[in-house]
Amino acid sequence: MPGLEDLYREIILDHYRHPRNRGELESPPAIRAEGFNPLCGDEVVVYLAVDDGLVSDLKVSGQGCSISQSSASMMSAAVKGKTISQARATIKAFRAMMSLHGHQLDGGADGVAALSSDAEMDDRTGPEVAADEGITLGDLEALQGVVKFPVRIKCATLSWHTLAQALHDAEAESGG
Amino acid sequence: MEVAAVTPVRPEPGTGHDHPLAPVVRRDLDVARVKKDFPLLERVVHGKRLVYLDSASSSQKPLAVLDTMDRYYTTTHANVHRGVYQIAQEATELYESARAKVARFVGAGDPGEIVFTKNVTEAINLVAYSWGRHNLGPGDVVVTSELEHHADFVPWLQLREEKGAELRILRLRPDGTLDLDNLDQVLDGAKLLAITAASNVLGTLPPLRRLVDAAHDAGALVLVDAAQYVPHQSADVRQIGADFLGFTGHKMLGPTGIGVLWARRELLEDMPPFLTGGEMIRDVRFDGFTTNDVPWKFEAGTPPIAEAVGLGAAVDYLEALDMGAVREHERALTAYAIEALKARYGSALVVHGPPQPEPRAGIVSFTYKDVHAHDLSQVLDEAGVCVRAGHHCAKPLMRYLGVSATARASFYIYNDEADVDALVDAIGQSDTLFG
Repeated sequence: MPGLEDLYREIILDHYRHPRNRGELESPPAIRAEGFNPLCGDEVVVYLAVDDGLVSDLKVSGQGCSISQSSASMMSAAVKGKTISQARATIKAFRAMMSLHGHQLDGGADGVAALSSDAEMDDRTGPEVAADEGITLGDLEALQGVVKFPVRIKCATLSWHTLAQALHDAEAESGG
Repeated sequence: MEVAAVTPVRPEPGTGHDHPLAPVVRRDLDVARVKKDFPLLERVVHGKRLVYLDSASSSQKPLAVLDTMDRYYTTTHANVHRGVYQIAQEATELYESARAKVARFVGAGDPGEIVFTKNVTEAINLVAYSWGRHNLGPGDVVVTSELEHHADFVPWLQLREEKGAELRILRLRPDGTLDLDNLDQVLDGAKLLAITAASNVLGTLPPLRRLVDAAHDAGALVLVDAAQYVPHQSADVRQIGADFLGFTGHKMLGPTGIGVLWARRELLEDMPPFLTGGEMIRDVRFDGFTTNDVPWKFEAGTPPIAEAVGLGAAVDYLEALDMGAVREHERALTAYAIEALKARYGSALVVHGPPQPEPRAGIVSFTYKDVHAHDLSQVLDEAGVCVRAGHHCAKPLMRYLGVSATARASFYIYNDEADVDALVDAIGQSDTLFG
């Protein structure tokens, strides 16, 4: 049976206590995307600045539990300064990490289903996807334990949904 | 209406479970004895005794209810109001006798005023769709409150959108009670007051009688959301004076899938049907249909028969305990909990809602330091303690409180001081992670 230490790794708590890239960007020019978890009331706002194919700046605001807030913080650190395609690859790898794969638990996987709805499902693990995409998950791997607590997966994925939306909006805006 | 005088599925004394079926004069609740009737409470989770403090969300079920439903299915089941054969007649009698029990339980003289629904959400929607769309138009005023569960809020928002009705909101005061200073102004010209009898978040018990009288004086009908009220204290629809009152079975020891709308007969008779199809119909021709009598006019399709029978058994169980004793037990336990939380954690823990000794239901919403309710609930789960964490389907209220989520402990007949102590002890365990 998973214990709380599987969920609340020190690196996660550090990001929760000291969130990176917290704040807002002026929008426009920045893209602003909102994410809500209607079940628990968590909300996250992602501000995305794109410059010449790069995530030139990214800020996150909102409120929620330690998992949703630390995941948002880690996400911001992972994609800021990266290319758009690297950011998308990171989302893909994170998505794979948050899927239940071998666990195949019923219920609580609504966040996974939603996150995967626009993605091809395969059997690769998050780190495998990351390796194939030529990126590393780094600190994000600490969130792997969340999968053992299916009801919390949607906490971890909220900010990633929102980033995916912001990237989509950025692409639409640039006429891409 | 003919009602079966016998209830063959009721456990026979001495052969079934040792729960207090005999009518009693007012007495204290014997929690240790009650607990024995709830096998689920014997579960161990994460190596700890299960401490169930989420009855405001859904209560657990006593063996008497489970056995009654089992026995119904193993001996009696057939569709109701149709067959002429023996078991169909018995099933119908059981279903209708459950209706009569529920009517008696809430002081409705006429079982025909009891409409079985899926839950209280459906009961309120039934009123909004049937009465509301029939009687409200542009500019007509519906009054509700900031305390409401979404079930008693969103149907009125929807009615505003569809019919152009005006929605007025009774606001909260910082102590979690309703601000009634300008009640008469708010109710002026209103057609309906839709109000909770007990807040599912704060435990606030609004002054129902005063609200009902003021609404009636203003010419408005009153709908009472009694989901958190009927399971916990003696409720008498005539004393409350409401026109519509809804509650749900699964919060009062009954199964899921059965709720109740009580309404005055003349209102039900004037209202058009909500769902249509079988059962609710008297005659159907190519050129139209005529409806069945109340309450069946509002019970389209095969109803939740076993669930109604189970709810009847839940009513029997609660009546045997005595609702006065239930209320007193919960009042004392809630006072104990608030006292214990304050004594242990002082200002680090905020209990939302009316301060003691303000009357409140057995519901305690709280926030601890800046630990998010989900994280707190996760830590409590590790200690076997089940509480609800989140916005409790009351987002307007959460906005007023200025929090995105709270943890909520709620009490029922099977909870005791040891359960509260387990909660109090476990909260502090979050300090190692979030302190």
